[in-house]
Amino acid sequence: MKSNRRSFLKTSAAFGAALAAPSLIPGRAAAAGEIEVGVLFSQTGGLSIIEKSLADATLMAIEEINAAGGVNGMMIKPIVEDGASDPKTYNEKASKLVIRDRVPTVFGSYTSASRKAVLPVFEKRNNMYFYPTYYEGFECSKNVVYTGAVPNQQLSNFVPWIINTLGKKKFFIVGSNYIYPREMAKVSKILIEQHGGEYVADEYLELGHSEWGAMVSKIKDSGCDVVLSNVVGDSVVAFYREFKNQGLTHDVLPICATVTSEIEIAAMGAEFAAGSYTSFPYFQAIDTPENKSFIERYRSFVGDPKAVTHHALESSYFQVFLWKQAVEKAGEATPDAIREAIKGQTFDAPNGKVTVDPENLHTYLTPRIAQWGADGQGTIIEAYDEPVQPMPYVAYGEAPENLFCTAGGLDSSKL
Amino acid sequence: MSEILFIGLSLSSILLLIALGLSITYGAMGVINMAHGELVMIGAYTAVISGIYLNINLFLALPLAFLVSAAVGLALEKLVIRRLYGRIIDTLLATWGVAIVLQQLIRLEFGLSFFGIHIEGLGPGLQNMNVPSFLTQPFEIGGIPIQPYRSFIILVTVLLTLLTWFLMYRTSMGTQVRAIMRNPQIAAACGIDVKRVSAFTFAYGSGLAGIAGVLLAGFKTVMPDMGASTVVDGFLVVVVGGVGSLLGTVLASALLGQINGIFAILTNDILARAVVFGVVIAIILWRPRGLFAFKSR
Repeated sequence: MKSNRRSFLKTSAAFGAALAAPSLIPGRAAAAGEIEVGVLFSQTGGLSIIEKSLADATLMAIEEINAAGGVNGMMIKPIVEDGASDPKTYNEKASKLVIRDRVPTVFGSYTSASRKAVLPVFEKRNNMYFYPTYYEGFECSKNVVYTGAVPNQQLSNFVPWIINTLGKKKFFIVGSNYIYPREMAKVSKILIEQHGGEYVADEYLELGHSEWGAMVSKIKDSGCDVVLSNVVGDSVVAFYREFKNQGLTHDVLPICATVTSEIEIAAMGAEFAAGSYTSFPYFQAIDTPENKSFIERYRSFVGDPKAVTHHALESSYFQVFLWKQAVEKAGEATPDAIREAIKGQTFDAPNGKVTVDPENLHTYLTPRIAQWGADGQGTIIEAYDEPVQPMPYVAYGEAPENLFCTAGGLDSSKL
Repeated sequence: MSEILFIGLSLSSILLLIALGLSITYGAMGVINMAHGELVMIGAYTAVISGIYLNINLFLALPLAFLVSAAVGLALEKLVIRRLYGRIIDTLLATWGVAIVLQQLIRLEFGLSFFGIHIEGLGPGLQNMNVPSFLTQPFEIGGIPIQPYRSFIILVTVLLTLLTWFLMYRTSMGTQVRAIMRNPQIAAACGIDVKRVSAFTFAYGSGLAGIAGVLLAGFKTVMPDMGASTVVDGFLVVVVGGVGSLLGTVLASALLGQINGIFAILTNDILARAVVFGVVIAIILWRPRGLFAFKSR
């Protein structure tokens, strides 16, 4: 017994040393003529449906850049990791990419939960993270470039348009019960009051909840004339279906949504959403040659002739090009150089011109409103003339002349 | 007020629909079938796929889903559960494993997605089932608005409950099932073929789950992990009602559905859910065997 235990201790000590060894040896350097980047989305788990499409768009952009000669003559080599729809796994994989693979940049995340989970890794190791999804704002990190919309870019034209053009003044705000819909509701209320509307209720349902009987009945009895929906995920489907089943129609009481995209419409069956509205900077329906070609290329890249494109997917695509331009401008691919060079970078994305704000590293985007048709596609009925400045703290009083988040960091005294 | 009661009734009918099959498999055989939700999911996918490829509507999908889910349930009983009777923890783990396998079969399109073959209607994405338009257009009878789809669910649930009652209490097969529920050894000693009857019972319970799946597909998203959340509600009902009691299951779903509906209207859905869980805990503390458990002698 004794000798057994001793030999066990010996082997386990040796094993421990072997495990520890890689961290002592410097990370393997990329081969000459290559730049390695991390691509961190969920390939498995509940969120993989949507996150795989973001990973695909990222890889497509990398392939296109490589086909056109790469970055400064160097090929981009993606290291794809699987976040597995789990924030903890996200954190581990981000650490692996940053510490072991020593990539200067990682493209990744769909949910705020996964972004918050990897944030400490990038801030502590001073690395760069490119985040493509619309989110609730209230974040100011010099290690993240945000290329999705923040609340003011989805709502600042939407709410005034509902009040002035649709002529609807009584809002029923409904959302899934977590941070994004709650922050969106805060911004909506500010805008509703500014423009002379009112809200009759502000209600929430659990994420993934699919029993909408009581809520739709409340909407019916509330006396509202428009529903502002921040409902996300598969609850969206159950919501629109129940809405129709209870006899409500979008021409009398329209649902104006901030999250309902092409994907949810396809999942619910187009007839349930026909006539309702959504606000996003990008829609598959944008009628420009650039976007048509983008959709075509994406479909052939994933090998699915019916694949849909959506806002976060488009951001996943163009942010790689913004990154490429930054690396070319800097002449080197280190996180600090990329951060400095990305400020003010402009790119002609499928949705139009996008520019990275030099202060808060968020992106100027053009808000658009689409009305859904019976074919599951939107018709763009209203678009801003020009990209709108991103303001992640607009719910707390941020304004163009009073920025909370600047290159120097967050001024927390203003909160 | 009638509207609140209708919402409660509709919630109750959905609970009962899921719990009915579960109360039979759990009650009759003491099997905690964690794969019950996946049998619901299979029913929903049967509706989606038969809609795409056979172009048949909801009404024909109901019996078809019953058969498909019953067949899967029968296979599950013969291959796994039969070998684990009386080992409740083992069946729980084994059926949980089966549940994950079934989910992945749908998600990976039976493994074909590895070879780049895509079957429309399967895969990790969200699917939907077409509902005939006359079931989605509400109408009024005497000034009271009627929601046809929810009314249809209530109707089907009532019919299924009556059918189950008839099978359990008015046929010789049902008598045998009830004998096995009380005491399988003595039932076997009396000449009942316990294995055969159990297999049929399990298949019937699974088939009911399939029907529930079709009806849920009408207002829920169809996706590979849709079953996991529904099965929790099913277990709540069965545990509150008392294992093995059809009457208990019916009353428990009526009670929990109405509590959920009333609180959801008066406050909100999140609170209503908490209240339902609170009531369930209180009932289990007060009557650990449920409201209508039979006494074993």
